[in-house]
Amino acid sequence: MSTEILDPVAEAEESAPSRRRLSRIGVIGWVSIAIIALALLLAIFGPILRPFDPNLSDLSFANVGPFGSHLLGFDGQGRDVLSRIMEGARTTVLGAGFVALIAVAIGTTLAIATAWFGGKFDASVSAGLDVLFAFPGILLAVVAAAVFGPSLLSAGLALAIAYSPYVARVLRGAALKERAMTYIAALEVQGFGAWRLCVRHLLPNISSLIVAQGTILFGFAMVDLAAISFLGLGVQSPQADWGVMVSEGKTSLLQGYPIVSLTAVLCIVAVVAAVSFLGERLDASSKDVLR
Amino acid sequence: MSSLLEVRDLTVQLKMDAGPREVITGTSLDIGEGEAMGLVGESGSGKSMTAKAIARLLPDGATVTGSVTFDGTDVLALSGDALLKHRAQVAVVFQDPRAHINPVRRISDFMTESLRILDDVPKAEAVRKAAAALDEVGIDDPGKRLKQFPHELSGGMLQRVMIATALLSEPRLLLADECTTALDVTTQAEVMAILDDLRRDRGLSMLFITHDLELAGAVCDRTCVMYAGQIVETSAASRLHEDPLHPYSAALVQARPDISSTAERLVAIPGRPVSAFEAPSGCRFAPRCPHSLDSCRSTDQVLTDLDGGVVRCGRATDLRGNLLDGAHV
Repeated sequence: MSTEILDPVAEAEESAPSRRRLSRIGVIGWVSIAIIALALLLAIFGPILRPFDPNLSDLSFANVGPFGSHLLGFDGQGRDVLSRIMEGARTTVLGAGFVALIAVAIGTTLAIATAWFGGKFDASVSAGLDVLFAFPGILLAVVAAAVFGPSLLSAGLALAIAYSPYVARVLRGAALKERAMTYIAALEVQGFGAWRLCVRHLLPNISSLIVAQGTILFGFAMVDLAAISFLGLGVQSPQADWGVMVSEGKTSLLQGYPIVSLTAVLCIVAVVAAVSFLGERLDASSKDVLR
Repeated sequence: MSSLLEVRDLTVQLKMDAGPREVITGTSLDIGEGEAMGLVGESGSGKSMTAKAIARLLPDGATVTGSVTFDGTDVLALSGDALLKHRAQVAVVFQDPRAHINPVRRISDFMTESLRILDDVPKAEAVRKAAAALDEVGIDDPGKRLKQFPHELSGGMLQRVMIATALLSEPRLLLADECTTALDVTTQAEVMAILDDLRRDRGLSMLFITHDLELAGAVCDRTCVMYAGQIVETSAASRLHEDPLHPYSAALVQARPDISSTAERLVAIPGRPVSAFEAPSGCRFAPRCPHSLDSCRSTDQVLTDLDGGVVRCGRATDLRGNLLDGAHV
């Protein structure tokens, strides 16, 4: 018979959520992290590292395939595709991140405020969000482009506002549940203020849901922003952007030279897939650890 | 013994969808400095509501009449900072520790938050105090425990953390609302021993709410028995078992399982427990009482002194000594 006694403290230490969570995300999780890291690197350093000027056009190279240091060849206007992909990562990835961040910030604030104050405030804000739900993000972005002129900023803000009800609705449920917990009531009767309870107690308890919402929205935002740029209402050509590149590649595609559009689409799909896989993995593994 | 807490004719009505519902009727009790008072009764008899009224934790819309006096101050009139101060002096420990602690924050955050934020105690000192309190409730290696999360601690351990946290505000009265009900028997014994020690070391008064007559008898000086929102008997805790004054207390005593005798079935009280708002007029226990007379149902019973205890039964003197049919005595 074994006389080994398990040390409860050592066991507890080993189960520290963050460490175990990372070890459980699996191969797909790690591949996703690699893709996201690469995308972020490109977004930050791409415009510095790119081998050629993304806007240098030489029509004699139009639709010429990869050779030498031009690993992805040239587009229909004779511009280096690899350089444009690297240059375009900034607006595409950071733009989507910006949209997701703002949408999550607005949504979380509204969710916690409605859950906390309840009553008429909750009813009127929720009704307002229902109205906002009726507008598809792209439609709002088109309206914003019409009013403020086409630019990444107006499209991004419009999308962020259009997404915020989704975040608010999901988080409001979680915040309401947390609001009703006894520990919140116990802190309330001790005299802690609403701000402290919301920020220090309620918010951390719904943080995993906030991260999950953020990753989902990032994916949506990237696809929608690319679509808006494709329509010519977001990032303006000749500025390099993956959405713009899909659009620019159309003519080459029709001429039997698909590499421009295809590269940009693959980049978009890879990053969106990586983010949503990672979000799903993190969510699942945090449930494993905590439940 | 001077009274630290005096409750007089406390009546509480809660606001329900169907209208106001009475949950406590005319409850009076005293707790002396350093005294442990037990409060027993079936579910819905108003035990927890009494504790909540004392700590001013009743839900919104509750109507309270009567008086609650703590150390000379009228508790029911308190508001603002004075109310917060009262709640610091009257600590409450509830049944389910896990529901009362934020699951995503460390034990040290939970224990020191009130000191640091509300009392402006420097962090290092607050943590030192927390560690000392944990030590006082018999937790080994407080430094390590403080760094852990609630889910890493067992229920008994967490309940001790709760008690330790309650001690940090240096309370004079501890309301223990079924604080050992969710624990297994061994842990329960440990927690009870801790409470008993604290009471002796710190001169802490205690209102100990439980379903468990034995437990109340073991740690309390006096025990109140509640039925349908009323106190029906208050006696010395040691005496309640052998010599109950009220037929309801006697029925409770007889319903306990006894380790020394074999029984086919446990004795049960016929009928079901009622809440204050649905209680009949006259004696509230009369419909279930084997000794009830027609007069019991028609006249409201009042608390009267009898043999050093207080009892709410018109026939208490007649029934004296005949309430237990010998099953356990």
